[in-house]
Amino acid sequence: MSLLRLDDVSRSVPLPDGTVLHILTGVNLHVAAGEHIAVVGRSGSGKSTLLNLMGLLDSPTTGTYLLDGQPVEGLGQRRLSRLRGATFGFVFQQFNLLPGRTATENVASPLLYGSAREFWNRKRIAQDMLERVGLGHRLDTMPEKLSGGEQQRVALARSLVRRPRVLLADEPTGALDVDTGTAVMDVLEELVREDGTTLVTITHDLSVAARADRQFRLDHGVLTQVGATQVPALTASRGGA
Amino acid sequence: MTSVVAALTEAWSEIRVHKVRVVLALVGVFLAVFAMTTITAVGNMGRQMLGESFERSAGRPATLRLDLHPNGMPSKESTARAERAVAAAIDRYDVRWHTTNGQAQFPFRFPDGAAMVDTTIVDPSYGTIHRTLPTAGRWFTPADAEGFAPRLVVNAAMAERLGGFDPARPMTVVLGGDTPVRATVIGVAETPWGGQMPAAFMLADAAERWSPLDPQFSGTPATELWVPSHDAEALSASLQQELSAALPGFSVGVGRSDGGDDLGILDAVLDYGVRGVGIFALVLGGIGVLNVGLVTVRQRIREIGVRRSFGATSTRVFVAVLLESVCATAAAGALAVALSVALVENFPLEMVLPPGLTLTDVPRFPFSAALEGFLAATAIGALAGVVPAAMAVRAKVIDAIRY
Repeated sequence: MSLLRLDDVSRSVPLPDGTVLHILTGVNLHVAAGEHIAVVGRSGSGKSTLLNLMGLLDSPTTGTYLLDGQPVEGLGQRRLSRLRGATFGFVFQQFNLLPGRTATENVASPLLYGSAREFWNRKRIAQDMLERVGLGHRLDTMPEKLSGGEQQRVALARSLVRRPRVLLADEPTGALDVDTGTAVMDVLEELVREDGTTLVTITHDLSVAARADRQFRLDHGVLTQVGATQVPALTASRGGA
Repeated sequence: MTSVVAALTEAWSEIRVHKVRVVLALVGVFLAVFAMTTITAVGNMGRQMLGESFERSAGRPATLRLDLHPNGMPSKESTARAERAVAAAIDRYDVRWHTTNGQAQFPFRFPDGAAMVDTTIVDPSYGTIHRTLPTAGRWFTPADAEGFAPRLVVNAAMAERLGGFDPARPMTVVLGGDTPVRATVIGVAETPWGGQMPAAFMLADAAERWSPLDPQFSGTPATELWVPSHDAEALSASLQQELSAALPGFSVGVGRSDGGDDLGILDAVLDYGVRGVGIFALVLGGIGVLNVGLVTVRQRIREIGVRRSFGATSTRVFVAVLLESVCATAAAGALAVALSVALVENFPLEMVLPPGLTLTDVPRFPFSAALEGFLAATAIGALAGVVPAAMAVRAKVIDAIRY
C-alpha cells in the first residue's frame, strides 16, 4: 500500500480577472514508505503546490489524497495540523531557522508540538539529533554563526527530530555550493535510510534528482515519471516554482 | 497540562529572544502599574494618617458619644443619676471599651509659677479608643486610679515646663486647689487638640477623689463607647431611647463622634481618581504593546509559517502569540509591583508626617493594590495580544513559508 497516494488531483485558483489558474492537473502519484522520489520542473510548473498538497498545507481542488490509505479530505484544520506535525518533516531552501535561538533550540522547536515525552525531553532529543548530523560541537551556536552547510544540517536535524514518516525537501541544496550540497545530501540520505523515512525532494539540481529512486517531471501542472537518463533534459529549465 | 506548559515555554522563548522590543513595548505598562500601585499604597497611608489623626480627637470607628445634660442646673445628684444610667446601659450591652471624656481646668504649680491647665478627664480605655500613643513613659492602667496620689499623662509642653520627662526619675507636680496634692507624671502624650500650651490627662476616678469637679462649672462629662461599626446605628438608637426613658428631665444626645469608616472625598479620590488615571495610563501602555505586537507579527509571518509546518494548530499559534503579550505584561506588572512595594515599605514616613504625629498602625503595602496592579497589567496584555494573535492565525501558511 502506498504511503502517499494522489489520484487525479488538481489544484486551481480563481484570479482577480475572473479566470481560473490551473496549477496542477490530473496528478497521479503513489509513493511507498521508505521510497525516495524527486520532482523536477520549470519555474511556475506547480512543484511547490504539489509539495504543499502532500504536506497538508494545502488542499486539492479535485481528486483524492490518501495518506497511509486514509483520505485526508474532510479532516478539520486541527486534525490536519497534528497529522502534519506527526507525519511530515519539511526542509526549506532558505533553511528558515528561527533567529535568536541556538542550534539546539531550533532543533527542539518542533518538539514543543509533540507528545509529552518529546516535550519534556526535547533538549536531549535535539542534542542527539544534532550529534547525528555531525553538529555535536555546535549545540549552543546561533544560526548566524553557522556556515550555510551547517545551517542546512541544523534544518535537517529539525525536520527529522520528530521522526516523521515523510520528509519533504524543497531545494535542500539550492542555497549551497556543490560540495556542501553533496555533503548535505549525503547526510540527508543517510538519516532517512536509517529511519526508513520517505523522502520527496524538489530540486533543480540534476545530480540531486538523480540520487532518487524515481524521478518525476512537472510541466504546466502535469506530472509525469521520467527515467534517470531523461533528467538532463531539464537542464535549461532552472528556476523556482 | 503539557500543552499549556509548552505554550508558556514557547511564549517565554519569544519574549527572551525579542527582549529589547519587549522591554521597549512594556515601558508604558510598567510605569502605569508602578504609578497606580504606588499611588494607591501611598494614598492608603495618607488615609491612615488622616484617619489616625482624626481618631485621636474623635475616637475610632465606631465611637458613640453619650451627652447627658439635665434640663436644669447640673448638680452632683444629677451627675450621679446620669452615671448610673450609663453604667447600667454599658452592662446591658456588654460594651468592653468605654471611657469618660470631660474637660476641666486644674491649677498646677510649675517651677516658674502656678497656672491653670486644660485637663482631659478620661478612663484608661481612652488611650485605646483615641489611639493615644505616649511618646515617653506610659498610658494609664486601671491600677492608676487606686494610687496614693493622682497620676497624670501630660503633653510635651507641660513636660517641658516641668523640666523634661525622664522615665528613670519620677516627675511630680503639685495639683493646687483647696487641698493641694502632689501628682505623679507617668507619661507624655499629645492631647487631642495639640498646641503649645501645657495640657494633661487625668483619670476620672482620680479627679473625683483628689480634685472633685463642680458640675455647675464643668457640666456632666460625656461618655464614649467604642462599638463595632455594624452595630453602631442600631445601638445608638437603642441607647437614645433607653437613656431618654431612664433619665426624665435630661437632654440625651447619642451619636457617633468619629468620622466613620470612610473619609469621604479622600476615599472617592483613591477609588475613582487614582484608578481612573491608572487605567488611562494602562490603556496607553496597552496601545504601545498592541502596536509593537502588530508590527512584530508582520515581521514574524515566516516564523509562524514554519511553526505551522511543525504541526502547530491555529489555536496553538493564537495562544502562543497571546501568551507572549500576557507573559510580557505580567512580568512588567510583577516588576512594577515589586518596585512599588520596595519603595513604599522603605519610605521614610517620619519625613512627611507632620511634626509630633506618629502612626500607631502603619499600613502595610495593600495586597489588593498589588494584586490589582498585577491583574491589570496581565489583562491589558491579553487585550493588546488578541489582535496580533488573530493576525498570526489568519496568516496563510503557504505564503509565510514561501518555498
